Amino acid sequence: MIDFFLLFFLVISAIFAVTTRDILSSVIVLGSYSLVMAVLWTRFNSVDVAFTEAAVGAGITTFLLIAALSRTLRIEEEPEIRESVFPLFQRLKNLLPLFVVLATGAVLVYSTLDMPSFGDPKAPANLHVAPYYIEKSVPETGVVNFVTAILASYRGYDTLGEVTVIFTAGICVILLIRRRKR
Amino acid sequence: MKELIIIRVVARLMIPFIQLFALYVIAHGELGPGGGFQGGVILGASFILHVLAFGLEESRRRLSEKVTDLLNPAGLLLFAGIGLICLIGGGMYLEYDRLPVTANPILASQLGIYGIEIGVGITVAAIMVTLFFEMAHRHDD
Repeated sequence: MIDFFLLFFLVISAIFAVTTRDILSSVIVLGSYSLVMAVLWTRFNSVDVAFTEAAVGAGITTFLLIAALSRTLRIEEEPEIRESVFPLFQRLKNLLPLFVVLATGAVLVYSTLDMPSFGDPKAPANLHVAPYYIEKSVPETGVVNFVTAILASYRGYDTLGEVTVIFTAGICVILLIRRRKR
Repeated sequence: MKELIIIRVVARLMIPFIQLFALYVIAHGELGPGGGFQGGVILGASFILHVLAFGLEESRRRLSEKVTDLLNPAGLLLFAGIGLICLIGGGMYLEYDRLPVTANPILASQLGIYGIEIGVGITVAAIMVTLFFEMAHRHDD
């Protein structure tokens, strides 16, 4: 039941964040979206993801977006509406994205019917490498939290790459935005 | 700036605890949820709270540009360096079992993971602080 309310809140805040013209409130709503998402991850027993979502999504991203917003305008401009020569054609053109979204959504919902139920131990994703990590990660690495064991040890190269990406982002910001003393 | 007094008092009270929690998360990644990335983000957020409460100038005085610029690559080099030390011990790159500090492979693996978590934390915290410092609007622009 609580999952239903949380998901409902997610959809509402996502719609609000997209439709509002006030970018500052959109950013703040996205922060609360991430917080609810973190609660949902916790309910799915993936606490490491929840922790990252709360720290990065609800925390630092909001800060960074507001900081970026302080350099630009807060209110989005009204889109320019042009009068078309063929009103009917224009109306059909406006409806086309709705059809595309509905069709894509229908295909996605149809494909979820074939998916294994949540947390099914017989699901293909849980039969491939997951049993190896669950059984071997503690004796092989000595780390009790096997999410950390996978990230730091088995997938060490990926983590090194991720840190390099973050480092590169920081260097780019320094090179592009920092004002040098002349 | 008198209206900021509540924010400043609360921030001054909370920042040490946030930073302590961030260090706990970095150090505790092996045992519970969390790790270098999350802890680094929380550590960076504590400095951002300081900026919000006390302003850019005051924060830059406490944590200068030079320090964050040094810490940015320091964490990444610590990570990559631990990988290289594994080569000296006869293992492959990032094969922590072969760290030439101890003969016990489990202990070596734990130390290696611990080390790279600290490296990740340093870089992430420094980069988050750098991003915020550089993107925040300066009124003399």
